[in-house]
Amino acid sequence: MENNKIVLLEGVCKRFPAGKTEFTALSNISLSFGKGEFAGLVGPSGSGKTTLLNIIGSLDTPSEGTADVLGKRINLLSHKEAAQLRNYGIGFIFQTYNLLPVYSVYDNVEFALLLQKMSSEARKKAVMEALEWVGLTEKVKSRPSMLSGGECQRVAIARAIVKKPQLVLADEPSANLDSKNSHHIVQTMKRINKELGTTFIFSTHDEKVMQYLDRIIYLKDGMVDKDETVNK
Amino acid sequence: MLTFILAFRNLMGSGKRTWLNVSVLSLAFVVIIFYNGLLEGWNVQARTDTMAWETGNGRLSHPLFDQFDPFTLADSHGKTDEGLLTLLGKDASPVLITQATAYPNGRLFNVLLKGIDTRQTLLSVPVRLMDSLASAGEGGVIPAVIGDRMAKAAKLKAGDMMVVRWRDANGTFDAREVMIAEVFRTNVPSVDVSQVWIPLEYLREMTSMYGEATYITLSKEGVAKLNGAADDKLPASGELYKGWRYEDEDALMHEIDTVIKAKKGSSTVISMLLLCIALLAIFDTQILSIFRRQKEIGTYIALGMTRLKVVGIFTIEGTIHSVLAIALGTLWGMPLLKWIQHTGIPMPSNTDQAGLAIADKIVPVYSAGMLLATVLLVVISSLVVSYIPARKISKMKPTEALKGKLV
Repeated sequence: MENNKIVLLEGVCKRFPAGKTEFTALSNISLSFGKGEFAGLVGPSGSGKTTLLNIIGSLDTPSEGTADVLGKRINLLSHKEAAQLRNYGIGFIFQTYNLLPVYSVYDNVEFALLLQKMSSEARKKAVMEALEWVGLTEKVKSRPSMLSGGECQRVAIARAIVKKPQLVLADEPSANLDSKNSHHIVQTMKRINKELGTTFIFSTHDEKVMQYLDRIIYLKDGMVDKDETVNK
Repeated sequence: MLTFILAFRNLMGSGKRTWLNVSVLSLAFVVIIFYNGLLEGWNVQARTDTMAWETGNGRLSHPLFDQFDPFTLADSHGKTDEGLLTLLGKDASPVLITQATAYPNGRLFNVLLKGIDTRQTLLSVPVRLMDSLASAGEGGVIPAVIGDRMAKAAKLKAGDMMVVRWRDANGTFDAREVMIAEVFRTNVPSVDVSQVWIPLEYLREMTSMYGEATYITLSKEGVAKLNGAADDKLPASGELYKGWRYEDEDALMHEIDTVIKAKKGSSTVISMLLLCIALLAIFDTQILSIFRRQKEIGTYIALGMTRLKVVGIFTIEGTIHSVLAIALGTLWGMPLLKWIQHTGIPMPSNTDQAGLAIADKIVPVYSAGMLLATVLLVVISSLVVSYIPARKISKMKPTEALKGKLV
């Protein structure tokens, strides 16, 4: 793997069974992402954005080709090793926030750290710091049901960055948000990217998000259509 | 520990659903303890009463004696070992039994005439009045005591007379008048129904079975004395000792134990049904939980949890129901069970017609072993029913779980 490349995909294909035949979601994808990138996978529904994010996030494996993430080959990882990789190296942000409904804001953010054997003091400090980043220190005791969509997504961002991962994968993070909130959360992520050097990879088709991206990879029918660097 | 904390948090977050399951399971928990306690109480009472009134803590029986076959009575008697009786003193009570016919108020009853030493203190059969009447030598009348079931059946009361006819050792019929000295109340039907107790010496004389007995009842101390003897220790139960068949406490209680075991079987069915209902509720909740919380499961995995750990969370979530149920059951069940133990459960007056020792009231006994076994049963069974649906998680694809697709 090249020195500053934290994600390296070589000829990645992903096929899913569809009845008696197979559906090809990704076809011969070769991409790499360096440290501190703020990149997006853009394309219409069914273009393979989420599938590619899932493979990079070690939630899925390629049918063909290789995927190296943070120095680990995804194809070869056991369930336990993949969990370890996600636990320490990768943060996830989902379109529907996926917050744990019975937990408070604090608990939701802390959850990511509970899996790492960290002292409660260090945990508390990290959680408060992450909530400060997203401007939610006032809402630590609130449950997700008491928050707006924008606030929920900010909690999800805090949960993703609290363990200071090298890589954050955000799957359509603004899809359920209004314009103002969309801008706000992407600006927050951009700030984290700049200040912490965290690599962000988005899947999106939201123009509001795209304007902040440094690199846009257009996917079409499971293939890379265009890979362009912007704002630089 | 993390798994426990997370499972507990999730469970508490589920609110009413959790408490509904916990309530049903706590009911099952308390009912199981109650049933088992009731049977244990009956067992203890039946054993205590039977030992006090009939069997003592051991028995040396004539080898031919079979308590379930009256035809063996004619031959199952033998001379007692005077040395042995002297050694045992008050810790032994010989009893001689013969078949007889009683004619109370012109009726006819087949009875067992039982001769008992009027100075014995080992068995609870009241002998003091018989002793004083026998000593007074009331005009050749035989003093007798009977139980209230016999008295009721024969319409007899204290002071009544009846004719009794029997055959002596030579097969010769003889008859004499018997006076009911006392009517006693006992929980043990086998010393009451169709039984007439008279002084041992009278019966020996009436049957020409001088110095003989059918069996010798032993107290706990009596058994210990014989076991502690330098030579000639008591053999294993069922084997001969100085020409008499020794039966230990377990052998003598065999019938009671068998009945209690059978009763426990039927009560277990009821308890298990109730437990199954409670476990079914947990099982359903688990299935529903896993179905409804797929996104949550996917999120756990995405955040770095292994599938096994997620299975653990869901299994422990289900199992905590049982822990809470035990706590809740202790909270409301303990005072109730204590109160029942204090007041006892009244038994219908004709229950003892079954031939078993049943008191007017049964006092449940809750032993530590029984409580522990019930706790383990509830916890382990809820662990199993929680695990079975949770296993599905290990086969779940995280990408599909995150989308909330069907399992």
